[in-house]
Amino acid sequence: MEKTLNWREFVITRLVRASGYSAIVFVALIFFFLLREGLPTFAEVPLSTLFSLRWYPIEDYFGILPLITGSIMVTLGATLVAVPFGIGTAIYISEIAPRWMREILKPMVELLGGLPSVVLGFLGILILSPFLRTFLDLPTGLTAFTGSLLLGGIAVPTVVSIAEDALDSVPRSYREGAWALGATRWQTIWRVTLPAASSGVLTAVMLGVGRTIGETMTVMMVTGNAPVLAITPGSLFSPVRTMTATIAAEMGEVANGSVHYHTLFFIGMVLFIISLIVNVAASSVVFRSKKRAERVLS
Amino acid sequence: MMKHLRLNRHLTERLGFVGLTLMALVTVAPIVAVVIYILAQGVPAISWEFLTGLPRDGMRAGGILPAIVGTFYLTIGTAIFSVPLGIAAAIYLSEYAPENSLTRLIRIAIINLAGIPSVVYGLFGMGLFVLFLKFGTSILAASLTLSIMTLPVIISTAEEALRAVPQSFRTVSISLGGTRWQGIQRIVLPQALPGILTGVILGLERAAGETAPILFTGAAFFLPRLPNSPFDATMALPYHLFVISTQVPEMPPQIQYGTALVLMAFVLGMNLIATTIRSRARARRQW
Repeated sequence: MEKTLNWREFVITRLVRASGYSAIVFVALIFFFLLREGLPTFAEVPLSTLFSLRWYPIEDYFGILPLITGSIMVTLGATLVAVPFGIGTAIYISEIAPRWMREILKPMVELLGGLPSVVLGFLGILILSPFLRTFLDLPTGLTAFTGSLLLGGIAVPTVVSIAEDALDSVPRSYREGAWALGATRWQTIWRVTLPAASSGVLTAVMLGVGRTIGETMTVMMVTGNAPVLAITPGSLFSPVRTMTATIAAEMGEVANGSVHYHTLFFIGMVLFIISLIVNVAASSVVFRSKKRAERVLS
Repeated sequence: MMKHLRLNRHLTERLGFVGLTLMALVTVAPIVAVVIYILAQGVPAISWEFLTGLPRDGMRAGGILPAIVGTFYLTIGTAIFSVPLGIAAAIYLSEYAPENSLTRLIRIAIINLAGIPSVVYGLFGMGLFVLFLKFGTSILAASLTLSIMTLPVIISTAEEALRAVPQSFRTVSISLGGTRWQGIQRIVLPQALPGILTGVILGLERAAGETAPILFTGAAFFLPRLPNSPFDATMALPYHLFVISTQVPEMPPQIQYGTALVLMAFVLGMNLIATTIRSRARARRQW
């Protein structure tokens, strides 16, 4: 009895530990497969073509600059929507809202986080883009701006939940101290609570931006998918095409192992590296500020 | 002077609060509007035939049964792989992992898995499961891809639930002569179960609504029958909604709204179950 128990314990402990390590294995596997299929691009497509302004794979134009600028344009627009509304809502929920209001708002925001992006894209096509077309008098409603609005909505729940956590974890004594000194609640929010939570709020913004860069379906459905260079403010109101949408739209139709196939994997590799940088940076902000807090408190 | 300043401060506060309240309302109002609108437009499309029939006339008529069943299969398939692995990983992180750089690496890896764009998961799944392991475009390949995507959600919520169980529970179990694993299995896991369940459902909810990871790993454009093995491709609700709202000309809006409603009901239903479990468990918790 004793013997079998020990043996079972041994096996289970090993299995549990292996599962713990699996996350590292998966990240490594993903990176490996992206490299394996994406790196041949450097041999097949001259750099001058890769960083040119024309994406037209049928005629062997593999310029990814329009796709990169498209992604940046849509992400910037979405950030401008998601950051103020996300942080504003987080402050409202954590600092101002009465309890019953909080109980309503939090599940609502979670609900938005759970809505499939394809549903938002669908409504974007049917409702938002025709509205924007007539309202702003544009030739087409499928623009970077339409994508930005919807993506902003998709990033809001991420920003709200992380920023609200950060605000919540500011000790109550900080606020009480400020009130005791005669500060209004408004002054307390801006000069005490928000600065104390700043690293968490920064993380919220970064992860929100990360979420936006990687979003695929909504963007593919509502931004018009025109691979043109998007660097002027005017191109916010014209069709663009992002990196994610390009992969999603074209991967289904390419031959395995072709130049086009490798280039799409190369774009995936770029996206992977961007998300790696954003996430490591976001988590190191938290890590560093925790260390600082420990130093201050000890 | 003093009085003037004071009034000003309070006026600023009043205005600021009104501003933030409006902002929160502007953020939430569209969500409510979206849900109500899809309900209103979609309900007339729902009929017995729509839910249990096969698509006809180039998907412009008939039902969406293959897509409903497909999404169901994909969700189950994802659960088979990601639930045991995710919970085991959470147990490791909460109960066994030492505070060292390897554990920190695991945590960074989990954060990164959570941040990888869904379409990149699709590429990876196609590279590894469809082509390298030769599973083909199949339910199996798509489920495996979705499982890796949902893993970080399950791990982090399950770990949080495990950590919330007071340390004294473990100490008592060991003091009574139980082994470490017995303590986890009989004391810690049952106590953390509602929290773990919430995390699992939230993770699967995300998998059920995703389109990009299954685009090239298992989704079929049009398949007027039910899949009969894990190696079959399948229709799925999110991909079907994408197809009928962008790829099929002259699609009757009723079918589009009906499909959107079924997908939304599927996903938000899971969300509702998860939040109910969470709030019930919180109310009943004794520690």
